[in-house]
Amino acid sequence: MSIERITSIRGSALPLRGDNIDTDRIIPARFLRSVSFEGLEDHLFEDDRQQAGAAHPLSRREYAAAAILFVESNFGCGSSREHAPQAIRRRGIRAVVGVSFSEIFFGNSVALGLPCASVSTDESRVLIAAAEQAPGSVFELDLEARQLSGAGLTVPVTVPPGARDSFLRGTWDATALLLDHYEEVEAVAARLPYIRA
Amino acid sequence: MPATLLQKVWDAHAVRQLPNGQTQLFVGLHLIHEVTSPQAFDMLRARGWRVRYPERTVATVDHIVPTRDQRRPFFDVMAEDMLSALERNCREAGIQLFDLSSGAQGIVHVIGPELGLTQPGMTIACGDSHTSTHGAFGAIALGIGTSQVRDVLASQCVALNQLKVRRIRVTGTLSRGVYAKDVILEIIRRLGVDGGVGYAYEYAGDVIDRMSMDERMTICNMSIEGGARAGYVNPDATTIDYLRGRRFVPAGEAFDTLAEWWLSLASDAGATYDDDVEISGSDIRPTVTWGINPGQSVYVDERLPGVSDVEGSARSAVEEALEFMGLKEGDSIAGTRIDVAFVGSCTNARLSDLREAARVVRGRHVAGHVKALVVPGSQAVRAAAEREGLDQVFSDAGFEWRGAGCSMCLAMNTDKLEGREICASSSNRNFKGRQGSPVGRTLLMSPAMVAAAAVAGEVVDVREVALVD
Ligand code: SF4
Repeated sequence: MSIERITSIRGSALPLRGDNIDTDRIIPARFLRSVSFEGLEDHLFEDDRQQAGAAHPLSRREYAAAAILFVESNFGCGSSREHAPQAIRRRGIRAVVGVSFSEIFFGNSVALGLPCASVSTDESRVLIAAAEQAPGSVFELDLEARQLSGAGLTVPVTVPPGARDSFLRGTWDATALLLDHYEEVEAVAARLPYIRA
Repeated sequence: MPATLLQKVWDAHAVRQLPNGQTQLFVGLHLIHEVTSPQAFDMLRARGWRVRYPERTVATVDHIVPTRDQRRPFFDVMAEDMLSALERNCREAGIQLFDLSSGAQGIVHVIGPELGLTQPGMTIACGDSHTSTHGAFGAIALGIGTSQVRDVLASQCVALNQLKVRRIRVTGTLSRGVYAKDVILEIIRRLGVDGGVGYAYEYAGDVIDRMSMDERMTICNMSIEGGARAGYVNPDATTIDYLRGRRFVPAGEAFDTLAEWWLSLASDAGATYDDDVEISGSDIRPTVTWGINPGQSVYVDERLPGVSDVEGSARSAVEEALEFMGLKEGDSIAGTRIDVAFVGSCTNARLSDLREAARVVRGRHVAGHVKALVVPGSQAVRAAAEREGLDQVFSDAGFEWRGAGCSMCLAMNTDKLEGREICASSSNRNFKGRQGSPVGRTLLMSPAMVAAAAVAGEVVDVREVALVD
């Protein structure tokens, strides 16, 4: 099946401060009690929002339409729950920009067509401050040009080449690729000692 | 050329290089559970794909199962729905399911090894980050998300970036009262919760060589807490002894042939590593986390960090953690009053963990204000513990003795913290809200330390409560 090519994402940004934000915070486990991903967006950062009240960026109206999430380092660490990027994506976020991401979170996001792009620590601070000072400023993450621009800033971003390539070619949904040339898979399986035994 | 185990196992399973530079890897064992698989089966159906290798996928139910009243239908309607969905999916696809009536149900990372499903040299995938546990056998074990669960069901493959290898040698001898849990907490404290990003961790050195498989599993389990994509220990005689005679391990000559292959997979002397770290095991003391990530820990006889000792953005992290935990900089962690004591989880709920905890509580009693529970990692662990009378030891001491499951490790069933309760826990994550109450607090430690805290009603040094030898 053909999937969408993702070359750039444009929209306002939602700034979220903090290193090591784990997936239990992004979507607490009690909301995983379901056989589907539907409605997860309503519980995105539920406990953080409750604790921070109206001050939490996700509760503020000026960020309601944001399409890009600005974060800091090691975002999405912890549990492998795909519910985390699912909730983010379903909330309308179409790209995440931060210093670094946990690998499982990053991979899960790729599979949903949600690019995660890295910037330096200093640039991440500047971007977050810009989105806080002028909510609604429009940013554009350009995967082709590997840069993020907006609010008078232009910063380089890095996306691992494999992932970037998948977005640009529209092959980020990997299953079809894995099913190509299936005889090669069967040949590998047949050679494995534990399968032969 | 000398190679690492990672490289050898990788090469044996590599199908081809994908256009985006990733490697397509065949998955030797796929484990599934009720939380991260139903959506994957739905996606599969939506595209008209079938499960390619149903015999290489095995299912169990662990995250949502009640640990007290396990009669069907469950009292908890949503748990019943999730289990029914798993049963239906497994039946339709021809996947073996170890359910509550099987006698072999339990936390997916406990039953895989126990049944001998987990073997050296395999690639193992499961929709759960603690899949790294299986690396204890010299497997490359990867936690994956639901879309990848779909990929594995459809193709028995995953797409993966090449990993670097960091060897972590733990040398010397562990002191009395110091356990595998303390070793991995030490590693995470030193290398950071994101220090392992891009790496697989190879655990080596005398301390690891002498460890039992249970202990190696505890270490590998928390690789993910250090940010590593996977963690492993090279297979050796301990590995082979553990596997001989297990249900899914072939017997006789086939076993000998396999065992020979397993040993050949160990990293070669002279293999090159992307990084090499040495930690002196003799220096490690019983460790307790005080914060909201597993890297925020101290030795039980140490004081909490002072805010002003920490530089830059790390300072706000320390402040945030202290505030959430209701602890003060410079306080000693010992003496912190607890409300709940939890012995359980895929990190520390195997038979040897229960034995260590029982050794501490035998003849003692849980403090009056503490609610204490033991949740065995599997039905087999529970049965074995009962044969040794451990259930009686725990019950006499005032612990609740429960059925197998994840329970209060992530509180998807009714076992959870209330309000701001503090829990001494043998699990692996102390994230905000992890144990079910958004403001609940978790102190991670070894099962023996949990047992000691339960008895004292506060964090104590297990070496002072019970003479551990
Ligand atoms: S015991 Fe905890 S960490 Fe382990 S699989 Fe269950 S929920 Fe995950």
